[in-house]
Amino acid sequence: MIEVKQLEKRYGDHVAIRDISFFVDKGEILAFLGPNGAGKTTTMRILAGAIPATRGTAIVAGFDIFDQPLEVKRRMGYLPEHLPLYPDLTVTEYLNFVGKIKGLSGADIKTGLGSALEKCGLADVSKRLIANLSRGYRQRVGLAQALIHNPEVLILDEPTVGLDPKQIIEIRTLIQNLRGEHTIILCTHILPEATAVCQKVVIINKGQIMAVDSQERLSSQMRSSERFSFSIGQNETLIPEKILALDGVLQITPDREHPTTFIVDTKLGSDARSAVAKIIVENGYSLLELKSLTVSLEEVFLHLTTEEAAPAIPNDAPLDEETA
Amino acid sequence: MKNIAAIVGKEMRLYFNAPIVYVLTAVFLMITDFLAYSQIVFYSNMATQMMRFQQDIPEMNVHQIVFRPTFMNMSIILLLMVPLLTMRLISEEKKGRTLELLLTSPVSIIEIVLGKFLSAFSVYLILLAMTLHLPLMLSVFTTVPIKPLISAYLGLAMMGGIFVAFGLFASTLSENQIVSAVTSFGILIGLWLMGGSNAGDGGVEAPITAVFNFMSLVSHLDNMVKGLIATSDIGYFLSLTALGLFLSHRVIESTRWRG
Repeated sequence: MIEVKQLEKRYGDHVAIRDISFFVDKGEILAFLGPNGAGKTTTMRILAGAIPATRGTAIVAGFDIFDQPLEVKRRMGYLPEHLPLYPDLTVTEYLNFVGKIKGLSGADIKTGLGSALEKCGLADVSKRLIANLSRGYRQRVGLAQALIHNPEVLILDEPTVGLDPKQIIEIRTLIQNLRGEHTIILCTHILPEATAVCQKVVIINKGQIMAVDSQERLSSQMRSSERFSFSIGQNETLIPEKILALDGVLQITPDREHPTTFIVDTKLGSDARSAVAKIIVENGYSLLELKSLTVSLEEVFLHLTTEEAAPAIPNDAPLDEETA
Repeated sequence: MKNIAAIVGKEMRLYFNAPIVYVLTAVFLMITDFLAYSQIVFYSNMATQMMRFQQDIPEMNVHQIVFRPTFMNMSIILLLMVPLLTMRLISEEKKGRTLELLLTSPVSIIEIVLGKFLSAFSVYLILLAMTLHLPLMLSVFTTVPIKPLISAYLGLAMMGGIFVAFGLFASTLSENQIVSAVTSFGILIGLWLMGGSNAGDGGVEAPITAVFNFMSLVSHLDNMVKGLIATSDIGYFLSLTALGLFLSHRVIESTRWRG
């Protein structure tokens, strides 16, 4: 649905993005992640047709963004980072105007307006001037603007910025509901957002793509070892030697905050959990908890976007826990 | 075409939702009427004297004595008003980041430029049409020659085309409305004063002076206002308007490239 081919954008000598290539299947939601200034917005603006690329191109909904920009724009909804709102228009006036310039006419505008107002929860404020709306409502008007012509492709640049937690959840639910009928690129630096709604992740740093994959696979690629943790009863002291002696176990470290919880690293592909459980039980300890730990997207992100090559799993990093 | 209509519709809403147009119209009409009033008083004094001498000079008609100077004065007022009307056209879109919306919609830059131009030009025509009360009122008391009046209004309308086109161009240059307004003052006053340099040696026009004189608004406008419709004047008005629109188009296009 969206195929980006070796996009490059230069401002004089400054290279904003270089060799950006990825693709998004129909109905997928792709997270475009990167720290501030990584080139996310530049890439999105090129895809949306606001600025041209220096080199490379992209095919959106079957049309080349440079050869047939109007066809692409007809099929695309774009929510820029800075909301493109006219404060002196009412919500309805504004959405009517956007509907018209997106190529809708007559009855289509009415239905488009109705469904956009409803989807974004704007029905109550439709007669109000945009200038008088709160930040959260303006964000929704921005989203409604991108949705009004029911586009095949949606590009959302930081759609939840400036919203309160309840609104963030609402917007995320809304985006999730759009999955399937729309192909969506979600540009964000808020990682839980990407985790919550996206199937695929592109990580970009300093204008270059660092990784493109599903979130699970990115996490597993990052691992140099398997890891799990277990907890034993209070007031029990474990003798770790027996566990260390097990086949495949690389190291065992007590958790700093919970002295009765231990983290075990084993070789990739080996699973020592049942053997460890057996030892604990046979030695008379009480096994309270046993869970496998995975690398979170945060760590993948930090690993890929920080200068110095951090260890695959820093020992003090918070870990996403996945109950085994 | 539909896109142009959509943009014009939006611009008109913005013009009339805000107080700019109303204030501008009020001030413009006040000044124009004051200028017209002094001209009418002058004319009536003249007329009384003429009656005393029983003379009949063809130049002594209401058009030449009242409308011609009034319209020339009015065009200077308009020169000062139009930049205030056009300054927001693109500057506001740039500042409010809404230009991005237009550029990412299936609308061509030509349509944006024409939509913007037509909306400001319509407001200009409304402003101009408001002055029609002067000939209407005078027609109650005297015969107002219709044909030169039509020529004068046509000239003023076409002059407005140039004002709006260059105002639009100035507005594409900056996201600051004041800067846009001042820039268009500069361009328009420049166009106005260009012909002032005909202080040739012994009345002989140097070729370069002739060029400047032709470029200047004043002589072309004066021809139209006194009732002379010449293709060269119409060509001048239309081509300068087209130039302003063309430059606006180029600048918007280049802002895209500069990102």
